[in-house]
Parts: sequence; C-alpha cells; structure tokens
Amino acid sequence: MKAFLILEDGTVFCGSRIGSDREVISEIVFNTSMTGYLEVLTDPSYAGQAVVMTYPLIGNYGICAKDMESERPWPDGFIVRELSRVPSNFRSGGTIQHFLEKYDIPGISGIDTRALTKILREKGTMNGMITTHVYEDYAEVTARIKNYRVSHVVKATSCRESYVIEPSNPASEAVSVHAAQKPEGLVIRAGEGKRVALLDLGAKKNIARALSERGCQVTVFPCDTPAEEILAMRPDGIMLSNGPGDPKENTGIIQEIKRLYQSDVPVFAICLGHQLMALATGADTYKLKYGHRGGNHPVKDLATGRVYISSQNHGYAVDPESLDPQVAAPAFVNVNDGTNEGLKYMGKNIFTVQFHPEACPGPQDSGYLFDRFIEMMGGKE
Amino acid sequence: MPKNPDIKKVLVLGSGPIVIGQAAEFDYAGTQACRSLKEEGIEVVLLNSNPATIMTDKDIADRVYIEPLTAEVVEQLIRKEHPDSILPTLGGQAGLNLAMELEESGFLKENRVRLIGTTALTIKKAEDREIFKETMERIGEPVAPSDIVEDVEAGLRIAAEIGYPVVLRPAYTLGGSGGGIAGNPEQCREILENGLRLSRVGQVLVERCIAGWKEIEYEVMRDGAGNVITVCNMENIDPVGVHTGDSIVVAPSQTLGDKEYQMLRTSALNIISELGITGGCNVQYALNPDSFEYCVIEVNPRVSRSSALASKATGYPIAKVAAKIALGYTLDEIKNAVTKKTCACFEPMLDYCVVKMPRLPFDKFISAKRTLGTQMKATGEVMSICTNFEGALMKAIRSLEQHVDCLLSYDFSKLDEDGLKKQLAKVDDRRIWVIAEALRRGISYDEIHEITRIDHWFIDKLAVLVEMERALESEPLTEELLRKAKRLEFPDTVIARLSQIPEEQVKAMRQKAGILAAYKMVDTCAAEFAAETPYYYSCFDGSNEAESSHGKKKVLVLGSGPIRIGQGIEFDFCSVHSTWAFAREGYETIIINNNPETVSTDFDIADKLYFEPLTPEDVASVVDVEKPDGAVVQFGGQTAIKLTEALMKMGVPILGTAAEDVDAAEDRELFDRILEQCQIPRPAGHTVFTAEEAKKAAEELGYPVLVRPSYVLGGQGMQICINDRDIDEFIGIINQIAQDHPILVDKYIVGKEIEVDAVCDGTDILIPGIMEHIERTGVHSGDSISVYPASSITPAIEAKLVDYTEKLARALHVKGMINIQFIVTGEDVYIIEVNPRSSRTVPYISKVTGIPIIVLATQVICGHTLRELGYTPGLQKKSEYIAIKMPVFSFEKIRGADISLGPEMKSTGECLGIAKTFNEALYKAFEGAGMKLPRHKNMVITVRESEHEAVVEIARRFQKIGYKIFATRGTAKVLNANGVKALTVRKLEQESPNILDLILGHEIDLVIDIPQQGAGRSRDGFVIRRNAIETGVHVLTSLDTAGALATSLENRARELSLIDIAKVKES
Repeated sequence: MKAFLILEDGTVFCGSRIGSDREVISEIVFNTSMTGYLEVLTDPSYAGQAVVMTYPLIGNYGICAKDMESERPWPDGFIVRELSRVPSNFRSGGTIQHFLEKYDIPGISGIDTRALTKILREKGTMNGMITTHVYEDYAEVTARIKNYRVSHVVKATSCRESYVIEPSNPASEAVSVHAAQKPEGLVIRAGEGKRVALLDLGAKKNIARALSERGCQVTVFPCDTPAEEILAMRPDGIMLSNGPGDPKENTGIIQEIKRLYQSDVPVFAICLGHQLMALATGADTYKLKYGHRGGNHPVKDLATGRVYISSQNHGYAVDPESLDPQVAAPAFVNVNDGTNEGLKYMGKNIFTVQFHPEACPGPQDSGYLFDRFIEMMGGKE
Repeated sequence: MPKNPDIKKVLVLGSGPIVIGQAAEFDYAGTQACRSLKEEGIEVVLLNSNPATIMTDKDIADRVYIEPLTAEVVEQLIRKEHPDSILPTLGGQAGLNLAMELEESGFLKENRVRLIGTTALTIKKAEDREIFKETMERIGEPVAPSDIVEDVEAGLRIAAEIGYPVVLRPAYTLGGSGGGIAGNPEQCREILENGLRLSRVGQVLVERCIAGWKEIEYEVMRDGAGNVITVCNMENIDPVGVHTGDSIVVAPSQTLGDKEYQMLRTSALNIISELGITGGCNVQYALNPDSFEYCVIEVNPRVSRSSALASKATGYPIAKVAAKIALGYTLDEIKNAVTKKTCACFEPMLDYCVVKMPRLPFDKFISAKRTLGTQMKATGEVMSICTNFEGALMKAIRSLEQHVDCLLSYDFSKLDEDGLKKQLAKVDDRRIWVIAEALRRGISYDEIHEITRIDHWFIDKLAVLVEMERALESEPLTEELLRKAKRLEFPDTVIARLSQIPEEQVKAMRQKAGILAAYKMVDTCAAEFAAETPYYYSCFDGSNEAESSHGKKKVLVLGSGPIRIGQGIEFDFCSVHSTWAFAREGYETIIINNNPETVSTDFDIADKLYFEPLTPEDVASVVDVEKPDGAVVQFGGQTAIKLTEALMKMGVPILGTAAEDVDAAEDRELFDRILEQCQIPRPAGHTVFTAEEAKKAAEELGYPVLVRPSYVLGGQGMQICINDRDIDEFIGIINQIAQDHPILVDKYIVGKEIEVDAVCDGTDILIPGIMEHIERTGVHSGDSISVYPASSITPAIEAKLVDYTEKLARALHVKGMINIQFIVTGEDVYIIEVNPRSSRTVPYISKVTGIPIIVLATQVICGHTLRELGYTPGLQKKSEYIAIKMPVFSFEKIRGADISLGPEMKSTGECLGIAKTFNEALYKAFEGAGMKLPRHKNMVITVRESEHEAVVEIARRFQKIGYKIFATRGTAKVLNANGVKALTVRKLEQESPNILDLILGHEIDLVIDIPQQGAGRSRDGFVIRRNAIETGVHVLTSLDTAGALATSLENRARELSLIDIAKVKES
C-alpha cells in the first residue's frame, strides 16, 4: 500500500506503508547508526518522534527480543529506505515488519532517506505526518503538522513503580556479549555490594545492566519519585537516566534533582539526566538544529585529551556559556561541533555526560565511565 | 599532540612490482602518504622498483629512486640520503619485511634512523605467529587453536582437545596435498597417516576448523595518544576458506546485529591498542554464524588492499591520515578531508552499500584451476556503490570487463540437478552464477546454504535478481517493471535482451518516464554534515545531488577499470597525469572509474569522481548530468578506447585523435590501406571469420602463423600456430568469447622487436626514445625485457623507424599518443601493430628521459603545438642512462597456469633497472624482479630440438659462472658434444630419480625450458615448469631471457649506483 510522509514545510515523500496503517504526526529525526535498529526502536528517548534510519538496508538480521532496550518500541513512526524481506541471523526471532505491526507502529519504506536527511540537516528537525490517506488540501494538513509538540513523554516512558535489579551473575547470559567472550579475570566486579538508585526518566535497559554486571544492586525509581524517597534508601550512588523530550518541560523533576544535588551522594547522569542536573543547578539548555543521533560521535575527555567514539541520541544540549564556573565545568566536548558533552560538578561527587556510555546500539568505548562512577562510590579497584 | 619536530626527512618504501596479492593499492596508499608528508614540509625520499607507479614521480616525492627493493639497496640509500626516519607501513608486506630486516640487523640504530608509523616490536607482535598468539591470549582475544604434530597419536590427542571438525595441513607438501578436514577420530587418523607420510618434514598442523564461518574485517586506526577509531567493517560473502582478496565483499557488514558488530569492533580496537600501532591496521575475523564465538584470523599492522577498499568505500583517506599520525599528530588534530568541517577522529557512516568483486585471471590462464582458496589469485578488483545490495552487485559484475553483465552471463543451464549441486560445492569465481541457476531451478535457500555456507541474506538477494530476470522475460515491460529493474541496476542491454525489445526502445521508455540515474555523494557521514568532496555514485531510486557546473570547459577522463593482465597500473598513471595536465590547462576534470585500488579513484585527483562501471550506458548517464565538452579515451588503455564509438553516439567530442582514426588503426582493411599509402610493410596476413578460412590463409602464408582476434588486449587469444590442428584448437578457444570482430591470421616473422611511443600534435612528432626487446618476436611485448635506448640497431634502421613512426602518426591524424611495435630482421622493418593511445611503456620512458610525455600529449590535445611547448620534434637525444624494464610474473599463485611465454601476455607487473651501463641496468632489473641467484649453482636445461644449437653458448656461459648443468638426454648430448659438461637426467615418465625429483629436491636454482610451439607441446614440459615454479625455482622459457640473465650474472656489481630519477633532466 502507498504511504506518504508529509513534512511541515510541504515536502511530500511517497513510499510504501510498513507496520501499522495508523496516521501519525510526529517530530522527524534521523539516526546514522548502521546497526542497532531494534535498540533504536526500543530506546524510550525516541518517544514523541519518528525516526529515519540513514542506512538504507534495515531489518537484515531480524528481531532478537533480548536486544530490546525497553519493553516496547517508542517512536511514533519508522522511516526506512528498504526493509529486508528475509532476515538472517542465528538469534533472529522474527521480522521487523511483524514487530512494527505487533506494536502498531506506522512506518514508510521506499523513500529517498538521504534526501530527507539533507532537508532535516539544512532546515533543522521538523514535524511530519506518515499517512496512507491521499490529501487534497495540503495547507490544512501542514498547519496541523506544524502545531505538533512533543510533550509529557518522560512520564509516559518511565516505570510506574520502583523495582530492584540484583547484581547479575557473570556466568549468566544476561552479561553483555563482550564480557561473555572473556570469562576469566576480565569481568569487572568492582561494584560488588554497592547499591545504586536509578531514576528512570525513560531509561534504556542497558544502563541498569551495565551497573548490575559490575556487581551493583540497582533500585529503579519512577521519574516522579521525590528526592527524599530516593535518599531514604541510603544509596551508595544515584544514576540519572536518559529520556525523551524537552528537558525544560520537567520542572517538577528538576526540583527533586536539585535536592539530590544537595545531598552528598555520588551522582552519575546520562543524556536527559545530564541536562536536568544542569538545569537544576542554574544552567540552561537549548534545542540543537538537528541533534546528534548515531554511533560515531567523537567526544573529547577534557581532563586527558583522549577522544572516544560515542553513541548519541539527543536533540537538546547544555549551553556551556550558562554554566556557573563555581558550580560546574565542561568535562567532555563534541569534537565535531564543539557542543557540550559532559560536566563535572565542583566540590561534588557528580559527573554527567550527554552521550551514552551504555552503548546499545553503538560503540562501547566509554563504558569505563561506569567504572569511574563505582570508584566514586568507593568501590573496589 | 603536535607534529614531531625531529622528523624532517623520511624514506618511504614502496611495494615493488605488481604481483598477485600486492597490486595498485600500495601506489594509491604511497602516493597519498607522500603528498600528505610533503604538505607538512617533510622532505620525502622514495624507493620503489616499479616504474609504472605514480608515487615514483618527481612531483610526488623530492627524491625518487627506482631501484631494487633489497636490504643492500636500502642500506646504501640511507648512507647516501641520510633520512632521519623510515615509513615502512605503506609498501605492503615487501616494505614491512625490508624495514624489519634492517631493524633486526641493527643497521637502523647504527645510522640513527627511526621507524615511524609503527615500531619493530609492534610488527613482530603482529607478524610472528607465536608472539601473536601469545599476545592475543593475554588480552583474551581468541585465535583458532592449532598445534603441530609429528605422530598420529599426538594428532588425535590435539584434535580431541581442539574439538572436531579439525583441519589437517601437512607441512611442505605442494599446494596442500594430503591435507583435509576431519569430522571424527577415524577420519583424523586416516588423514594424519597419509599426511605425515607426504610431508617432507613429517609434520602436520592440526587446526580448529573454521571453514564456513562468516569472514569479517575491520579497518581500524590509532594515534600516538591512544585514540582509536574504526573506519569500516566489511563482510565477505564467501565464508572463511576463500582469501578475502578473492571474495565478493560487502561494506558495511550486512548480516551482523549491533551486538556482533560492536563485539568485533571492540575486539579490533583492543587489538590495535595492545599492539601499539600508530596508523592503520586491518583485523580479520572468523565469526561462527550460530553463536557469538569468533576468532582472529590475521592482523596486518599496515595499510593493505582492504584499507584501500575501506578508504574508497567510506571516503576516509586511511593512508593520508596514517602518514599524519606517523608524524606525531593525533586523530582529532587531523581534518576530515571530505567534510572539511569535522575531524579525522570519527567513524564513517555509510548510507549506501558497497560491493567489491575480484578480477580473476582465468581468461588468460585457460588451463588454470578456477578454484578459490586461501591463496589469492585475483590480479585486481572492482568496487561499486548503490543504495541497495542487488544494484551494487549488478554494477560490480559489469565493471569486471570479463564479458559478464548479469547473473545469466555464465550458462549452467545444461547441468542436471546433480551436476548443478556438484558445481555449487566447487568454490570458484563463478559461484554466484551457479547459485542463480540453482535458484532458477527452485533449489531451496536452505540447501544452497548447506552446500555453500553462504548466508541466507545474500542468497535471497541473488533470488531478487533472478526473480527480476524472470519478470522481464515473462511480463510486458511496463513503466513500473522497468523502474524496478533499474532500481536493481539491470542495464538496458540486459532488459532489452530479456524482454526482447530493442535497447533503443528501452532507453526511450526510460527517458519518457524519467527513469534516470541519479547521483549521490559519498560523504563519510550519511548526510549528517554538508560535504565538499564531489565523489559520486549512481542509483535509480532517489534525487540527483550532482550538479553540472558552468564556466570552465569540462573534460571527461575515462579510467582503465580493474587491474588485469594486459591492463595494469600504467594506465592509471596515464589517466591521473592527463587529469592533472587538463586541470593545469584550465579544464574542469571528471573521472569515471571503478577500481578501488588506484590513485585515479582518490577523490582529490579530479574535480569530480564518478565511481561507476565503464559501460556505454553508465558513461552516458554521467554525460547526461555533466554534459562535458569532450572526452579523452587515449589514456585509459583498451577499456577507454572501447568506449570511443559510444561516446561519439552520445555526441561527446573525442579529444585528441579522432574516433575514425582510432578505428582505422584497429580495422585490418583500413589499416592495410594506410600502410600501403605510407609504403610500410607488415607481415602478410588475412582477415577471416572461420577456422576453415584461417587454415586456407595459413596455407597461403606458410606456417608458422600468428592467429588473434582483432580488438584485443594484451595478446588475449593470440597464438602461434604451426599446423592446421593448432588453428582448429585456437579458433575454438577464441570463439568461446562472443566475437563481434573478425580474426586475424598473419605470417609469423622471427626478428627483433622494437617499440616506439610518440606524441604527435597533428604536424610534428616527438619520439622520446626507441625501445628494444631482449626476446625475439613471438613473446608478447608486455612479457619481454625492454631496453631503452635500443642499442643493437643500425643508424639506417633507426632512421627507418623514425620515418615510419612519423608517417603513421600523420596518416592516422594522431593528436596525442601513439604506440607502435615493429619487427626488425636484417635491414627490414615491419609493423606489427599500432595503438593510437598511451601504452604500458610510457611511464618508464617518461621517467628515464625526463620528458613528461603524458603532460605533453594532453597539452597537444588541448591545442598546443610541440614547438610552442619548447620541443624540437623528431627522435630525442638519448638519455645518459640505460633503462631496462623487466616483466614480473605471479605464476606460483595460479595453479595449473602454463608459464611458457608466447604471444599472449602473462606478466602481472614490472620493475626497472636503471644505470649508466647496460650490464648494471640489467643486473638491477633482475634483482628488482626477485631473481636472487645463484644459491645452489645447479640448473636444468631442456630445450626443443630446433634450439639445440643456440643453447650451447648459453650453457657454456652458465658453466663458467659456476653452474652444474643437468639436461634431458637430447640436450645433454648436444652440450657434451660441444664441450659443455652436462649430466643426463631422466625424463618425467621414466623411473625415479627423474627430472621432477631433481626439481622437487630444492637444490635447483634455475630451469631453462624451451617448449615446443603450438598445440604439439608436451604435457611433460608443463608438469616440469609448474612443479619448478611451485618449488620456488626460477624458470625461463626463452633463450634470449636466459642469455640476458647470464650477462647479468657475469657482471655482478659490488656496489650499485643509485640514481635519483627526480634529477634526470630532459637532455
């Protein structure tokens, strides 16, 4: 069946429907990762957005449920050039077509995703509609498309009740693939005995997994949990997760995070968590023209000068100009465009990063940051 | 980290002659690196024995030495030039080995020269089997477990430890005979017993069997600060077992999930970090398709064929960045040359699919085994880019220049199902065609996968193509179907053939419906950032990004396609130099080519690069977008020349010699008329179409005759026939390939072969020099030792040669290059052939004379006259140097190939010997070609009867050098009768010890074997030559070559004179 992608600027792409035939309006963003489409689809940070994959051949290795980063896919829509008709991988448990249908996610294939990406790059992230309906009057439609705003997505993606994840058994399959390759001596268990409170702002599973693999016990809290409740469990460290949407929208959470900042518990934050900590301490955030989404972004650790290739997914960034040097200083910077990628907090056991050290999808190069967090909590070397 | 200020003068080692496994990719890497070093103000000293390379140009390096790549030469060069550093990681394995040798001998330390790019320790860690294994084990990276055993019981024990199936490889047996895969102890015992007996040293290697696993490669980079990145990963369609150079390869990997992709990526980065490499590195993996189990197959701590491919596939210039890293820069300090906005410390993201296909030489070596294994056989490769895999594969197929354009091009329809399945199990170059046929027959994906171990995903993609073939055959060609077929890159010719509609009509339909090729940019970042580099590929499912610019005049330069025998790196040299010259003339330059190994497909050579097949349709699509003011075909060898007519039809003016004149040189009758007009004799001959006509012609001319198809390259299909039977046989072979052109039968004249390259501006002709071949006529000019200046011809002959050249250039209205081959017997001069284009000798003759021939030819094409450019027409004064071009063969790599020289070209590359004296030049040329003699001072001579007399003198000379001579009975008798002591050795069919045992005994240096001509040649000679080559014994099949070798050995120089080519001035 024919499907259309209509952008708010009036551009129309014609392709074929995939997944649900529901009509949807969303914010269109592109991701440049060549692998990891399932991790992208199940990353809660995409709530309220429709994702374009710039790599043209998607679905090649099918769906492996174990690779899901949350319980379900979050994007409002999925836009690809070509879906593989025969997936092939020993772990594949189905096709992406079925997956999208099962979760009622609409999508479109067979369009020039590169041309679309160039429009988003040049004009900035914009809204669009995926539909199978043939419209006569585009003016009315584009007006509707323009009005769309991503909102209330953190609450939607966060867990409803808190729960505990025990340290993972190094021998179990839950351990990440790479660690499993190297049974002896290479699995780092420095977090043994540490209790971490993870504030779920729309968290990817691998954040908790990275901690539990290192021996930590992780208690996951819903996004609207009061700071007192978190501090009451006397955690060794607090982890603020990634999440979707405009950070400034989360005024209530920001207030609670301010209290977490004031406590002396070590804090490590990723992505949205990083932005919220900055907002909680008086800094400002702004929307990037078209964001960073992919697995090839170089970030420089300003303390060592080392550059790491990172996995990224964010549309907003912390404005380094707005930082109070008494409070926080840049710790990481994006080598491509100079945007802020991480902060260290003065006189505090707090550091935050904009990128995703938990990877999945993407490079595992900055996984060492979890070790640094454990060190901060007084973990074993 | 900024540049290291202590590095001021760097010696760069090249890789030497093109051989299988070491081709043009090192010229690409070396050229890029030298330019990158010079950009930084470094003085570059270059050593490479290959004169056909661009890196050996004076505009690329400051000091250029085209000398043999031996430790002695490097030592001498270091003492002469005093470089402070050596960059050894750009010259392939040859360069790396040389650097290691000098490091280990302490020479580098003594002379205060440091290795940059990578340390000796690193090289050792990666190259030494044992140290490598230990290193990998220490960092927890698995390698395929293996052990060497000397008895059956130990073998069984090891096999049990490793786990079945195991691969058993007896040590030192020819081509792995006696080895095999054992699935259980019984099979293991059987193979071990046999293998241990066959192995000369009684050893068998027992190894974990990873055949059938996925083969995955990662190209990674690291700088001195420890920053690491992945440039590209690649997946071989052929599973482990086929050399990656012979595999069809796709980038990025297609069947790996993010978990597998990242697992191997992390592993590769751990490895490059542990090895401490500063620069580029290639890591090859075997990945179990049914689990996360993997093992490291190999690590190359240097740029490689794969890194050249990765550079072209992604736009990331690995060699350039590696050179900067060697100087001390860190990745984040180096600019991304494509986006010019971001830095080199990032990972390219592709938004397209890349397919590489090997170019195998089985069209040249008809008798060779087509089987592919762990020994690479491809001479070159093609790459293609498309938005889908099927399209990229279709484009790669038609780029091969092998008479193939789709999955129907090899016909397996006559095999029954059993035969087809047997054929499927054969791992050869036609396997995807066999799979396509299997799919046509309805054999299931599972069964095909079971037999081939090729992933279902790839099988399905082939099925998509097969389904499209069927649709085109059975359905009416609607606009929708046409659109789908073009999206899969079916060429118009194939669509026309399958749907039985004239090609013109298909094209008209396309144009009406607006189904046109659109061009997308290779930008390293999947459109995330605006890129400035105009590097394009086509697709049929998107909008066009390539814009035709206005203002400057535009010239289209057609490249030469894959490196293959007969069309080597020389033509890339010519294409690149003419591109630069056009740019200097104020033109906008546009290159179309499909060879990822070459300099011409580096994105900063021309103003625009289109990475596309070189077929009329693909070129027409580029022409439609670019609307060039002209095209130049005379620098891209036969590939480009073949496009002349098509370009004319597109209305693109051919710059330089006109199309009809090109045709006149190739068309027998037109050419005969011109010769008559100029009163130039040629060997008598006829144009025929059938074997009967050929035999009639031969009878009239008298045997021996030379039979060949017209429009050929490298003497393909050319043979000397001595009787009717030969004619029948050879015409049969010629006709295996679809033949649009007639067959030529010429009288075969024995004589001296002379070659001339010249530049003509329409009026005046400049002849840089005359070259003479050491081998007599009958040996292809590309396989002959070529000497400049010709020394054994009289002034009268020389005058005649110049006169004929001038007459022909004028008669053919040549504007630009012309190449002519002559035969000289006594005072007679005959024409063999005329090529109105640049030839394989041009790079070497330009370098030795200092005359920039390609630049001149380009300037002439642009309308300048030779006189206006400051040249005096006519034959130029001889250079003060003698230069000898020596062909280099790769016979040991191609099992079953006949190595005897003849009219069909067989060499893969060449090297140069340059000196003030003939003898030294000859010595250098042999040395450069790897003829390291003598070792054991034993040789075998076996020559056909007609050469008995001639061989005596040569044998006498070898005896004097100190050789002990073994000869077959006839030859020995003649030698002994003439006072040359020769021991008679039994023939092949006689009882042991016979000639074969002698050769296999590893005590022979050299075999001189002059085979019978024609089809009557014996199988014995073939077996002897093959065995000799595979045992590492040098074999000469021409007495002229043998004579030259004797001369070279008689005049061994103690110390060679090293000549800086950059200082050779035009005389």
